[in-house]
Amino acid sequence: MFENLSHLALQQYWWVIISLLASFLVFLMFVQGGQTLIYTLGKTSIEKTMLVNALGRKWEFTFTTLVTFGGAFFASFPLFYATSFGGAYWVWMAILFCFIIQAIAYEYRSKPNNFLGQKTYDIFLFINGALGTILIGTAVGTFFNGAMFSVNEMNLSQWETSARGLEAVLNWHNVALGLTVFFLARISGILYFIRNVDDDNILPRARKHLLYNTIPFLVVFLAFLTGLLLKDGFAYHPETGLVSMEPFKYLHNLLSMPLVMLFLISGTLLVLFALYRGLFTTATQSFYYAGAGTVMVVFSLFLIAGFNHTCYYPSVFDLQSSLHIENSSSSHYTLTVMSYVSLLVPFVLAYIIYAWSAINKKKINASDMENEPHVY
Amino acid sequence: MDAIDFSLVNWSRGQFALTALYHWIFVPLTLGITFIIAIMETIYVRTGDEEWKKATKFWMILFGINFAIGVATGLILEFEFGTNWSNYSWFVGDIFGAPLAIEGIMAFFLESTFIAIMFFGWNKVSKKVHLASSWLVAIGASLSALWILVANAWMQSPVGMQFNPDTARNEMVKFWDVLFSPVAVNKFLHTISSGYVLASIFVIGVSAWFLLQKRNILFARRSILVAAIFGFVSSIQIIATGDGSARQVAKIQPMKLAAMEGLYKGYEGVGLVAIGVLSQPEENRGNEGNKDFYFRIEIPKFLSYMANGSWNAFVPGIKDLIDGNSERGIISAAEKMERGKYARNVLSELKKAKERGDMETYEDLTLRFSDETFINEYFRYFGYGFVDDPARLIPNVPLSFYSFHLMVGLGFYFLLFFILAIFYAYKGSLERRKWFQRLALLTIPLAYLATMLGWIVAEMGRQPWVIQDLMPTFSAVTRLDSTTVQITFWLFVIIFTALLIAEVKIMTKQIKIGPKEGGN
Repeated sequence: MFENLSHLALQQYWWVIISLLASFLVFLMFVQGGQTLIYTLGKTSIEKTMLVNALGRKWEFTFTTLVTFGGAFFASFPLFYATSFGGAYWVWMAILFCFIIQAIAYEYRSKPNNFLGQKTYDIFLFINGALGTILIGTAVGTFFNGAMFSVNEMNLSQWETSARGLEAVLNWHNVALGLTVFFLARISGILYFIRNVDDDNILPRARKHLLYNTIPFLVVFLAFLTGLLLKDGFAYHPETGLVSMEPFKYLHNLLSMPLVMLFLISGTLLVLFALYRGLFTTATQSFYYAGAGTVMVVFSLFLIAGFNHTCYYPSVFDLQSSLHIENSSSSHYTLTVMSYVSLLVPFVLAYIIYAWSAINKKKINASDMENEPHVY
Repeated sequence: MDAIDFSLVNWSRGQFALTALYHWIFVPLTLGITFIIAIMETIYVRTGDEEWKKATKFWMILFGINFAIGVATGLILEFEFGTNWSNYSWFVGDIFGAPLAIEGIMAFFLESTFIAIMFFGWNKVSKKVHLASSWLVAIGASLSALWILVANAWMQSPVGMQFNPDTARNEMVKFWDVLFSPVAVNKFLHTISSGYVLASIFVIGVSAWFLLQKRNILFARRSILVAAIFGFVSSIQIIATGDGSARQVAKIQPMKLAAMEGLYKGYEGVGLVAIGVLSQPEENRGNEGNKDFYFRIEIPKFLSYMANGSWNAFVPGIKDLIDGNSERGIISAAEKMERGKYARNVLSELKKAKERGDMETYEDLTLRFSDETFINEYFRYFGYGFVDDPARLIPNVPLSFYSFHLMVGLGFYFLLFFILAIFYAYKGSLERRKWFQRLALLTIPLAYLATMLGWIVAEMGRQPWVIQDLMPTFSAVTRLDSTTVQITFWLFVIIFTALLIAEVKIMTKQIKIGPKEGGN
């Protein structure tokens, strides 16, 4: 089946998978967003415990998606893996440190004799939630704004600044995306709490903070989106592979891929609808609307970053070193093998949905925290 | 060749070794204890005996504490291939990336999804669904090990690929060869068995502590019985696969075998050193085999048999492999370096021809990379082309030798230990054997030591290769400032050590609390 597809078709298929993984990762970052709100929405010890436990049943999905995203990128576009991870060393290391401290924080925070104290583990959760989201968003911003690297004739890459990726924060557009991811994660986190925590004190606080986070989210998201649609983009010639700057490239991409534009608009509207319901009605089920909207928006952004002869990881040091799906992918054979493996994804999704619904059958309340056999 | 910053290489290796060894403190326990938990829960579901549920839940708590930190360190390992070994990531990413991705899709999701049910599902799903979840977590953990070990085995024994001069990388051409290479199969079985053995020893040791404290006696006896049987079967498997490993190493990585045995000069009918003390540093490779030890006890001719299946077979030593041995058809390191340089030069000329538009030369040189003679006579030594001194081809002999022998000795001790545990459990005399209870406690750190030594043998013994014969470690490294890597190295030391202390403190506290009635 897959072996009969052209190399380009497989490269496109894998870019779709990478885009899907990225979009689910951003959706699942409601866990990170929620972690930054534990002390804001929870005032008493039991309230904080409820919030942590609501998130604690889901953190591994986000973590696993991040790991799979990394593995899938490595397998399908190894030149990106080699260039970006080795080059933007400090950015990726900072992201990794944010996630190390998350992995143990849930399990250890309330255990007796935990060495660092509960407060430290809660700070770990906050750092992961705040820095993790901003850094990942800022790093992805370089997909549109470029990075400082070169690739030689042996496809070995060289980073050209000593800041090793940290220079990305000097570009407002990268930072705008970082902040967008941060506020979106917080919004999703709040909607998740509204959906999953049954507590009369937390609910009104959550709705209030939904408003506080919606305003900055809309500002940075609109700033990012406007900047993206107006900016020049990095195009490559399909036959020669030559890279050149094209005015309004990302706007052109949307116009030439109407389905992707539909995804972007529908996704944005879904997130706005979820926010409206969360802010102005008593509905508690807005979380999934926001989630679906997030997936659609991020998916469409990744597609305009990599499709329509666009360099998804441009080099602003040497334009011709820019990476696109055709010059950075694995071989036809490897992509074929991986494509067969990807057929497992629906099966994986099915059991995740089953497990998710089995655990989330009823909302968390204060009495659960006393009766549950496993409490974080 | 670009100047190599060996300070950078060493710090990068140090950082990877640090992460891998910390990771490996936690992984073996996860691999084994998940099966022990699943077995105990199966007995609970079949018998309805609440005491088994209590045991299941107690070991689950310890598993959860251990699992979290294993996840944290595992994440770093995956990304360090990119951050610190970027040249490697390109040169073999086409092959190496696939197992990592499959691990995520096939194993990590299985593990992390059903862990949620395992911990939070007791009152939310049926007994049978919960039991199935526990089994799926155990299977997921071992499946995850399968893919990463397939990747590691490929580095030791690269198969199923072809070099593409256009992209300047190796590309996969036979997936099943990569997955089912004899080295991969053997490495998987050997390594997961070591995890099962470690977990069994951990369970027996902790249970013995309860016996020493004269509390939770029934729980402790039952836990020991399950773990001892599981550990015994796993021990047999370790020994069987260890024997297979030796044969593969002899064939594919003869230098590693020579280092593991401290064999400087090869001969026929080589004995296996049972116990020995090396007498000289590795640099002096010229001495005869029997002068390399202050003291040793050998099993006559056994190494020849292990390596080649014949008692009188010739086993090459370090000197043969470096200086060559024409009688035995072994070419010298210098010759391999020349051939490697030639292969690199052909690639370089090909790139130049393409750049200047000389397509005739380009196509001619491209054809050479699919020519069997060129591949077998030159390209197979590609990695030697980066080496400037034959001495770099010798791994650390004392480290390989002592690690290997201590690991093997401990492996046999563990087998004996499990036999004793089963015997005393069968006789019903576990509570009376105070010396055995103390021994069981002391055996826990030995299990950790043995499994670490296994990795030291595997990874130090294969140096300088990151991919056997094709890419030396120092060519694989990301070109960073070595100070940068030193900073992250020390940051990792601080954070991993703090987390390890936390883990040990939490775990010991939970053990002291012990299993609770009703399992809560």
